[in-house]
Amino acid sequence: MNVLARVVAHRLFWPVVMLLVLFAINLIAFPGFFTVSVRDGHLFGSLIDILRNGAPTLIIAVGMTLVIATRGIDLSVGAIAAISGAVACSIILGSPTPGSLATVAVAVSVALLISLVLGVWNGFLVAVLGIQPIIATLILMTAGRGVAMLITEGQILTVNSPPFKFLGSGFWFGVPIAVIIAAVVFGLAALITRRTALGMFIESVGINPEASRQAGVRARGLLFAVYTFCAFCAAIAGLILTANTAAADANNTGLFIELDAILAVVIGGTSLAGGRYSLLGTLVGALVIQTLVTTVYTVGIPPIATMVFKAAVVTVVCLLQSPTTAEAFSGFRRRLALRAGKGVAAS
Amino acid sequence: MKKLIGLAAAGAMLVALAGCASGGSGAAEGPKPLDELVVGFAQVGAESGWRTANTKDIQAAFKDAGIELKFSDAQQKQENQIKAIRSYIQQQVDVIAFSPVVETGWDAVLNEAKAAGIPVVLTDRAVDSKDDSLYVSFLGSDFVEEGKKAGQWVLDEYADTAEPVEIIQLEGTTGAAPAIDRAEGFAEVIAENPNLEVVASQTGDFTRAGGKQVTEALLKSNPGVDLIYAHNDDMGLGAIEAIEAAGLVPGKDIKIVTVDAVKDGMQALADGKINFIVECSPLLGKQLVDIVKQVNDGETPEKRIITEETTFTQEQAIEALPDRQY
Repeated sequence: MNVLARVVAHRLFWPVVMLLVLFAINLIAFPGFFTVSVRDGHLFGSLIDILRNGAPTLIIAVGMTLVIATRGIDLSVGAIAAISGAVACSIILGSPTPGSLATVAVAVSVALLISLVLGVWNGFLVAVLGIQPIIATLILMTAGRGVAMLITEGQILTVNSPPFKFLGSGFWFGVPIAVIIAAVVFGLAALITRRTALGMFIESVGINPEASRQAGVRARGLLFAVYTFCAFCAAIAGLILTANTAAADANNTGLFIELDAILAVVIGGTSLAGGRYSLLGTLVGALVIQTLVTTVYTVGIPPIATMVFKAAVVTVVCLLQSPTTAEAFSGFRRRLALRAGKGVAAS
Repeated sequence: MKKLIGLAAAGAMLVALAGCASGGSGAAEGPKPLDELVVGFAQVGAESGWRTANTKDIQAAFKDAGIELKFSDAQQKQENQIKAIRSYIQQQVDVIAFSPVVETGWDAVLNEAKAAGIPVVLTDRAVDSKDDSLYVSFLGSDFVEEGKKAGQWVLDEYADTAEPVEIIQLEGTTGAAPAIDRAEGFAEVIAENPNLEVVASQTGDFTRAGGKQVTEALLKSNPGVDLIYAHNDDMGLGAIEAIEAAGLVPGKDIKIVTVDAVKDGMQALADGKINFIVECSPLLGKQLVDIVKQVNDGETPEKRIITEETTFTQEQAIEALPDRQY
């Protein structure tokens, strides 16, 4: 009983329950939902799709988790994703050998380098100029998509480059490349912030920047680092999204992905007020969001009702997680237990 | 005394204004020579290959006709477009043409154009206004007709099939006119054959990524699907990727019908990955020039003019591909 109570009280309990409920709904609508087979030498199945399509959101959400832990937020990730896709595609298109590995390596490296510059810019606005993160990153969110449009000249750039396409829809030992990249990003972030004191420093900056500075934590450097890392994650996600269709679409690549990423972080139990964060929670959050999308398709919810359905699920998750609801729940349970106890005594 | 002078001055100004207004309406003075005509065109923006082709075609058509064209790009913002139309009114151009960014909110500026006696032509997209005297003509595609053409091909293709045919529909952006109308026209035609059934219909937002993701999921929950009908080429191209990833052959195992006929789509059609494309042509420059000439000659053009459009099979695509402009 005690174990059960502790499981229920765990902050990942409700997100995981929600994920399982969504899985169950899918299973009812489509009995083959959990089937994973090998087709053409790679894994094939709905679960694989969820992992692969959810990879870009997860990668951005990992960066976003660290930013949010410092009591910040990064709205510019979608625009940065669009820029990195646009840069990579225009370099590949401009090269005489679009199919060569070297060209793609150069294109990807340049795109990632540019994202570092953009991340430093965000960090500069927040850490040095002290602009509120939501405003500071709003600048790049709006301007960035314009920059991406300038790079692509408003067109959808289609590239015919097998190595680049591999990044988005290729497989390695049967596992989608996008999933491997996401796993590496997630693993590295977890390792670096949780196996060292870095994670604690990030949390301390989020809880009280001034106190942490006086305690010797270099808050400014940390802020620079998390915003740059977040932009870097966004660029990786942008490259995967672009490679997925082998086309850079400045208007649509990563559109609203900042909201999905923030939602994944919040569903995972990390507070927007900064401080403690949970990367594992973010992973569950990203999976919930992607499973939600798949559920809409498998259950056949009409497009007109899709938004309302998604909003309802998210509302339920947030309600279940809110401290007030949790309080009410435990109060209710206590009263139930009391009444049961009285009943026993009376009989 | 001062009041009187003020009144007189105001009166004089009114007369002057009236003079201006009557001078602006050139139509009353009979047809102008073509090289004196000035047409103002307010474009939506340059958001897609389709739109760029539309712009180039209109510019080329007016150049060929020897008519001066003033061109403005609204960058997909209504306020920019309204500004552009106002400046055309001030410059007293002979005809104003524009593709409205959105459907509503045009009454005020179109009334200004009407008051100045400048005829307005809508291209490609309609406006939602109760007063249809605000424009002389609407030149553009008939999206319902496009849906019907796609449905007709499916009807003919499966005319001899006795078994049920499972169809997946990839819809455009929910609520957009092309998405609503293309679904309506398609449904109307395929209703003739009860074997044709749309088993799933989801929005792919007119994008490749959307088309790919929706198709991936729907292929798994509807493994017996025979045909995919996509509301534009881009979603169809996304569907091709999803079908290939599922180890199937697009165009054979699962047939694909799309609307638009942009270059990438035509390439896929020529490669045999798409089976049929209904054209939604951006090349309406010539027809627009004709309308301008009619207005100049004092004639009344038809209120609704449909763009000249065709359809493409795989063989026709191979032929048409080399000189495809967009």
